[in-house]
Amino acid sequence: MKKRWVCLFVENEVGVLARISGLFAGKAYNLNSLTVGPTEDETISRMTISLTSDDRTFEQVKKQLNRAVEVIKVLDLTEEPVHRKELMFVKIHSCSENEIRDLFRIAQVYPVKILDYDFQTVLLESLQTEEGNDGLICLLKKNFPGRAEIVRGGSVAVGAVLQSP
Amino acid sequence: MEMLGSELLVKALLAEGVDTLFAYPGGQAIDLFHALYGVQGLNVVLPRHEQGLIHAADGYARSTGKVGVCLVTSGPGATNLVTGIATANYDSVPLVCFTGQVPTSLIGNDAFQEVDIVGITRSICKYAVTVRKREDLGPIIKKAFTLARTGRPGVVVVDLPKDIQQARGDDGYPDQVRIRGYKPNLAVHPGQVKKALELLRGAKRPLFLVGGGVLIAHAGREMTRLSEKTGVPVVTTIMGKGTIPTGHPLYIGNLGIHGSYAANQAVSNCDVLFSIGTRFNDRITGRAGTFAPNASIVHIDVDPASISRNIAVDVPIVADAKNAIEALLDQAEPLPVEEWAGRLRQLREEYPVSVKNPEINPQAILEKINQVFDRAVITTDVGQNQMWAAQFLDLGEEKQMLTSGGLGTMGYGLPAAIGAKLGNPKKDVIAVCGDGGVQMNIQELATAVLYELPVIVCIFNNGYLGNVRQWQEMFYDRHYSGTCMRRRKSCPPVCDAPGKKCPPYLPDFIRLAESYGAKAIRVTRMEEVEPALRRAREEKMVPTVLEFVIQREENVLPIVPPGKCLDQMILGSEEGER
Repeated sequence: MKKRWVCLFVENEVGVLARISGLFAGKAYNLNSLTVGPTEDETISRMTISLTSDDRTFEQVKKQLNRAVEVIKVLDLTEEPVHRKELMFVKIHSCSENEIRDLFRIAQVYPVKILDYDFQTVLLESLQTEEGNDGLICLLKKNFPGRAEIVRGGSVAVGAVLQSP
Repeated sequence: MEMLGSELLVKALLAEGVDTLFAYPGGQAIDLFHALYGVQGLNVVLPRHEQGLIHAADGYARSTGKVGVCLVTSGPGATNLVTGIATANYDSVPLVCFTGQVPTSLIGNDAFQEVDIVGITRSICKYAVTVRKREDLGPIIKKAFTLARTGRPGVVVVDLPKDIQQARGDDGYPDQVRIRGYKPNLAVHPGQVKKALELLRGAKRPLFLVGGGVLIAHAGREMTRLSEKTGVPVVTTIMGKGTIPTGHPLYIGNLGIHGSYAANQAVSNCDVLFSIGTRFNDRITGRAGTFAPNASIVHIDVDPASISRNIAVDVPIVADAKNAIEALLDQAEPLPVEEWAGRLRQLREEYPVSVKNPEINPQAILEKINQVFDRAVITTDVGQNQMWAAQFLDLGEEKQMLTSGGLGTMGYGLPAAIGAKLGNPKKDVIAVCGDGGVQMNIQELATAVLYELPVIVCIFNNGYLGNVRQWQEMFYDRHYSGTCMRRRKSCPPVCDAPGKKCPPYLPDFIRLAESYGAKAIRVTRMEEVEPALRRAREEKMVPTVLEFVIQREENVLPIVPPGKCLDQMILGSEEGER
């Protein structure tokens, strides 16, 4: 089992997201995250999907995706040099003064911005890899148990400009 | 020029060469039926139920190679198609299904007879789409027919909201359409063909495994020539049976859980398995991981997703079966495999598939069908009747079998026969059914009578849902739970055997058939079988129901028990397990 990254170019039409997510659900494929948005060509949307699977299942996933009429292209980014980022918001409630100070320090060490705050609540914006966000969540949950409201956006990925030779 | 959406649909159907339309009206299809009124060159057939309708379109498509076309209303009309859509798509049958829909302004409002049929069918068809703009209608219909008939054929659902049907717009219907996400790979990769042939050349015990894909590609003759040129014997899946004539000396039999002993031995012992147009369904492989244990496997299929899914393959070839077989035929050479082929032929003769019962029995009836009919399309239902038909029917270029192989849909046989007869008026069309399945679409007898279709409906009546009953007998302690068709309220709570006190069968198929205006004969003795078949064959206008009253606990043998490998077959009561 291994984490994989696929990028899909799909027709930007009604029902395509249901088609793709339904395929994962119907065939019992794992799906970690799926993001979607339009591309420079407004008739085409681009999806970034992360999933965990063995090699054989992953081959099937790619074939099944390719077979969908709505899918124009499937790119396997698992072994490619790519940039991946996920946007995450974390709102921490009922903070003491000390805790707010701690959070401002955390923002200096981690790739995290304080987006908004008042005397009790702090809103963090974290823009890093999915794994980085996983780590941050661990840290915050431990130190602010039951007080962290988390909104994750799912990863987007794009091929690196400098490809390895 | 402008025309209504409904008129453009009719224009498109004629442009696509559609001559038969299977259609059932309703509130959201009424405009479409209005446009169809009096149209020349289009036979609009009104079945009695939408499930019967789509199986008829399926039988028409399988037996003619043309696209079958369905037209139904929204809501229940559309949902009644669902089983038929899955049935056809599973077996790669080209269908285009038009469903009426509430006006776009009402979609999502839970309007009367509104369902999201595109959402419901998304995972069981090749493509499904709602037409949302009148100007998209022509291109979408073109796209639907293109997708249905090309690549690995399948079902396309086109949902037509009422306001689109009623809207005036451009009358143009495109000659072609570009689908950028759809590029079926039909051509053969020469390098892969070379690899496959090298493997074949080095083989000592090579075997062709032929599936339904070869029949869909109309490559039966080429396949026969390839087998003859190389001398390599052939086994088939149920869907591929008849690709090479069943009487051919190089034909060994069907493989799988009810396959022949010789065919399963062939697969278990071959060293190169050259498979074409099959997806290695679990019914042919037996226990996973034990299939063809000694063989390198070549797999040709037009659908890349079918390759290396169930069985790991050594040489994959993505291509149309006909293109691939022709390429192989060009370069293949005779192979020194006479001894191997002879051994399999001998196994085939030593262990013929047979029913032991000396009374009237399915094998004897099917062998009579083989004798009486020369050019025929034979449909089956699902269950024991289907397995017996797959075991005993002689098939080839002039004799074709239509069966729900993938989904295994009871109720398929009779309506499919109606569709096949509409497409093949000059051939005899026979439906082989059980007493369970035939009742699932028995209402279509009316369609057969009204459209003067002399189909011959053979009902093998054992008063049980026999396939499940057989499993209960063999693997579930004879607990005949929910499988007896004669069971009624007065029966004891549990029952493990039929007896003289069983309540009478219901319905009386003879009186039922006659009430529809069909002919009907009940056959209880062997000597009555042939005369009954011949009398049915004489009928030129009226369908005939032949009820064959067979032994209640007749079994389909041999069988590979669940979880066993193909070479562990139960052959019959006296031989025991091998």
